[in-house]
Amino acid sequence: MAEQIKLTIDGKEIQAEKGALLIEVARQNGIEVPAFCYHEGYSLKAACRMCLVEIEKTPKLQVGCTTPVADGMVVHTDSDIVKRARKGTLEFLLTNHPLDCPVCDKGGECELQDMVFRYGAGESRHVERKVHTEEKQWSPVVFFDAPRCILCYRCVRACDEGMGVNALGIGNRGVIAEIVPNHHDHLECDECGACIDICPVGALTSGSYRYQTRPWEMEHVGTICTHCADGCKTTLGVRNDKILRGNNRDRSGINNEFLCVKGRYAFDFVEHEERLQSPMIKTANGHEPISWAKALDIVANKFSETTLKSGKFGVIGSNHATNEENYFLAKFARQGLNTKNIDHRRSGDLATLFDALSGKNDALATTTDLYNAKAVLVIGADLAQQHPFLSFQIRANYRHHQAHIYTVTTGPVREDNQAVSSLRVQEGCELAGVQSLADKLKAEGDLVIVFGDAIQGDTLRKLVAFGDSLGIPVKYVGLVDDSNSRGAFDMGLVPRDGGLSAGQMLAATDLDVLYVVGENPLKNASLGSKNAFLVVQDLFMTETAKQADIVFPAASAYEKNGTVTNVCGEVQKLKSAAKVMGTKTDLEIVGLIAKEMGLNLGIWLPEKVLEEIRNTVHGYNVPLPVLATGGAPQTAPLNGRVAALPGTVKSANDTLFTSGSLTPYSKILNEVMESPGQLYSSGKGQQ
Amino acid sequence: MAKALFNQPSPLETKVISQRFVLEGSETLDVYLANDGFKAFLKAKEMTPEAIIEEVKTSGLRGRGGAGFPTGMKWSFVPRNHPKPRVIVVNADESEPGCCKDRLLIEYDPHQLIEGILIASLAVDSHVGYIYVRGEYRYLITKMERAIEEAYKRGYLGDNVAGTGWKFDLTVHTGAGAYECGEETALLDSLEGKRGVPRMKPPFPAVAGAWGMPTLLNNVETYSSVPAIIRDGGAAYAAHGTPKNGGTRLLCLSGHVNKPGVYEIPLGYPMMKAINDLGGGMRGGKKLKAVVPGGSSCPVLTAPECDIPMDYDSLAKAGSMLGAGGMVVLDEDTDMVGFALRVMRFYQHESCGWCIPCREGTTWLRKILQRFYDGHGRKEDIPMIGELSKNMLGRTFCALGDAAAMPTISIIEKFRDEFERYLERTTVAV
Amino acid sequence: MTFSPQLEERFAKLLTRYPAGRERSAVIPMLMYAQDEVGSITKELIDEVAKRCKVTPLQVDEVVGYYSMLHRKPMGKFHVQVCTNISCLLVGGEQLYNHAKKTLGIGHREVTPDGQFSLEEVECMGACCWAPAVEINYDFHHQVTPEKLDQLLDGLRKAQ
Repeated sequence: MAEQIKLTIDGKEIQAEKGALLIEVARQNGIEVPAFCYHEGYSLKAACRMCLVEIEKTPKLQVGCTTPVADGMVVHTDSDIVKRARKGTLEFLLTNHPLDCPVCDKGGECELQDMVFRYGAGESRHVERKVHTEEKQWSPVVFFDAPRCILCYRCVRACDEGMGVNALGIGNRGVIAEIVPNHHDHLECDECGACIDICPVGALTSGSYRYQTRPWEMEHVGTICTHCADGCKTTLGVRNDKILRGNNRDRSGINNEFLCVKGRYAFDFVEHEERLQSPMIKTANGHEPISWAKALDIVANKFSETTLKSGKFGVIGSNHATNEENYFLAKFARQGLNTKNIDHRRSGDLATLFDALSGKNDALATTTDLYNAKAVLVIGADLAQQHPFLSFQIRANYRHHQAHIYTVTTGPVREDNQAVSSLRVQEGCELAGVQSLADKLKAEGDLVIVFGDAIQGDTLRKLVAFGDSLGIPVKYVGLVDDSNSRGAFDMGLVPRDGGLSAGQMLAATDLDVLYVVGENPLKNASLGSKNAFLVVQDLFMTETAKQADIVFPAASAYEKNGTVTNVCGEVQKLKSAAKVMGTKTDLEIVGLIAKEMGLNLGIWLPEKVLEEIRNTVHGYNVPLPVLATGGAPQTAPLNGRVAALPGTVKSANDTLFTSGSLTPYSKILNEVMESPGQLYSSGKGQQ
Repeated sequence: MAKALFNQPSPLETKVISQRFVLEGSETLDVYLANDGFKAFLKAKEMTPEAIIEEVKTSGLRGRGGAGFPTGMKWSFVPRNHPKPRVIVVNADESEPGCCKDRLLIEYDPHQLIEGILIASLAVDSHVGYIYVRGEYRYLITKMERAIEEAYKRGYLGDNVAGTGWKFDLTVHTGAGAYECGEETALLDSLEGKRGVPRMKPPFPAVAGAWGMPTLLNNVETYSSVPAIIRDGGAAYAAHGTPKNGGTRLLCLSGHVNKPGVYEIPLGYPMMKAINDLGGGMRGGKKLKAVVPGGSSCPVLTAPECDIPMDYDSLAKAGSMLGAGGMVVLDEDTDMVGFALRVMRFYQHESCGWCIPCREGTTWLRKILQRFYDGHGRKEDIPMIGELSKNMLGRTFCALGDAAAMPTISIIEKFRDEFERYLERTTVAV
Repeated sequence: MTFSPQLEERFAKLLTRYPAGRERSAVIPMLMYAQDEVGSITKELIDEVAKRCKVTPLQVDEVVGYYSMLHRKPMGKFHVQVCTNISCLLVGGEQLYNHAKKTLGIGHREVTPDGQFSLEEVECMGACCWAPAVEINYDFHHQVTPEKLDQLLDGLRKAQ
């Protein structure tokens, strides 16, 4: 532990770590020191001068954000001189800031409003003409209103330091200085919107949210993003069952304030006009709506009939459905349909990873480990595109702890900018590249290895053996694609004991029933069993749903409760934010089919199923209070031999601007799509 | 025939660093060598770095760029054993209104500057230097580059300086129009190809300056004073001034005097003598109203306050500063409202925009002063001008906010009656 | 984008004068000297300087906006800069500037229709002791009176 010192702030004796920033020490002790430019985790700017405090024996007021605490320091944050300074600075700020709060998106959650309310003057002495420029649109989602900007440079730092994109800069000088985008009059970037969320005022506003609502009219629902596997918390702003925005301004969850374009904007698929809102039956004239009762009756009859004659089922589960839904589906398939032909679209070789790690404890890294590890090795993945939060964590680790980053990829990746070593290898030669780093890696204190689908099967076993040979603590992240890919595997949606893999199911010619829950296996494949009865649960008429005999309209992750497990095995709670008429959750649909078939598989309420999961699924006995309070406990997967599974794994290689079958239904993703949304092309690193 | 100079030298001057100015061809290496050139460097080469720094300390030399920090002490802060190479930077961004002396040092005696830099390089064990010259001085850049080229050709720069085996490379770097780059850390950012915005201190440039390397940064005049100090000894140099305020400096005398010009005087030279003797008295026989003692950022002195010696301490005692040597003399007819406006216009134009109080404060004050000047002043504006200035004072990121506030406060306090008289001719109420 | 052989030579030398990997330091000198040749800081020039100095165009753009001597629009063939800061102000700098406005028929940072002259009211240019001062392109003129300015401008017109 660092040396402790004692200081006095506002008459209160405080113990603190020597050298800690005064503003932090004050805040941790319940003493507010206001600031605009100071933002935890980013570089210090000392530009806003709001955090000026009085330090005894120092002639001038000092900025709290850059002053390290020292033993015996006596600080006043509420003396008259400090109050006058704050008031003076706010008065200066308001001279050119338009007082258009009634029509400003930020009104009600604006830091400048709050500060003026608390520390400012009641009356304005400014009678001169204000500096004014027109508002600019930089991208479909980013608008900039320069007069409102107070130049705190948070957006510039979030983009540069946080995202590693460097898309924002500062133009002009003096009172007309303003934030400028990287392409003169527009932005070409990740479109993550971090700049908008971090803006303390209404200078940067979101194209999708602006002028939609007043913030206090919304309910704020914290849930987990349904796109990639990183498991970021997104706080959905909901009014009248309609999601109006996503952000994580409260910095809760594993992702702190990080969100990518998908987490922040791509909730709009929920409202897409092609959303299924009624069960559909295939007729000679195409699909026609039928009632839930009828659809359930037809499916239950077909399933019962097939079970009775010991017919052949195939069940493909979802990478987006909750653990509860996937668990219940697996149980339904095994106990209700008596089949072992269960699978999901596997995008990472978790079976081999868990098997290779058998006997080792604590060998799987959490998202926090990526931030704390002394070294990180990225193999065969473009994290900034595919796992933007993991990429963010690695950058933050480099920024705060100077972690050593290694990349072994087929093309340039953003992590190269921080890397001590960047290897370009031919596809399939990743492991050889990694092995060439042995000497350097042995010298590291510890290591997290992050690998994509290039490493699977035997190659993966060799990678783990290589990790063992380094003689340092090594943890792994086996990348998978979607929001609950990991959970689908853990919940047993896999062809154990001789069952058919998804590929084998599609190729088989003798399936009687193919039951697909939230997946689109027929997108680029055809079904070998021409007479199979096809049941699909989905949000949209996917390629697979178009061939189905019965289609059930499913609820999306933003419309249900339950848990999901992210790429690092961290379990988090979903909270229902919206409702779409006519849909049901996958859990309810499976439950109703089971009930209709006369099966007793237990109550299908998420809480009850979770209880069963905690009792029966190895490693999922996670503490409920942690889950309930928004925590992300890591599961401890099976620590023993895992049988190899048939079939191969393959990542869909989604980018920042694609999200599997959801891509076509998110207008925002389609609007912002641009050149950076390509794998292995983001090597733009100039300082 | 005598060489045509910007202004004729005065017999009242004490010529130390400007002694070669009058020589024909003073900018050439030959003339420099024929007039004591590089004697000091050769002497310094035989001294230890500690001894060089000690000699500079003895001289009492203080930074001539405006802040007046003791030069020897500054040199001692640069860690010679640092793993990173040390860099020497010369501040030739002379931009303080009222100052035009570094121009002459480069124009008339560039090799003296080079020698001063070389001696500093011995003291801090540096092998690379940059002269940051403001963009407006393009013709000087050409002259400086010519001198450097000559020095390289003749072996006074490069791999074997003056045959001593000392290695030193020197480059001229142009600015592009920004007063703020005169601030040492803003200058460093500008040298690195960035916006000239000041840096947070610590770390100080001595430890992490240009490109993160330990950096010695001094003004042109400061470096130019070094050869004489080493050649004749620090004590001899110090003897020119008063105790604690050693040596000579170039005074830039401008405004309402008969003989404006740049004159070398010892520190402690009486201000009234500068006006009446060096400057040949007030123009047109007018009465003295005020003096800006060291450049526009210094609080103005009223005529009665001008009866002081010009050294760092006396001016501090009078509530002002010696600054960068830009002494501007104002006669009785000067409109102090217009003067205050012009000063504020300057700082508003040059505010980099980084911090709120300076960016918004200078803008607001400029607008108020302009309105006042245009005849739309209000009674309440007068105290507000002082109050808003004080809201900047000591609260901005760098000293530019202070530079704008200090003269304004002094003018509004000392010449309040002029502001009040303006109210009488206010035409339209706001 | 290519420049004159002299400028190319200057740039080539310039890039060797800064520590390894610090090409960014050449941004401002390059912009200043290239502006003289190109006439203004164009988007193309920004991209070119960015390429040569190994930085992003945004990083160059930020610099262009900051420094007052870098112009995004071409100035006249003769850029007449009149100082009105304090030392010049006291001895007729403002009258001189007003005279220049009238004579040239243009205002601050404007260009005459024939593109020959542009005018700028500038801040202190370091000629305080020889005020009022005018800088035309990079040439200083001291103790300038309205009459002297007329002569100067006439001389430049005739030199065409």
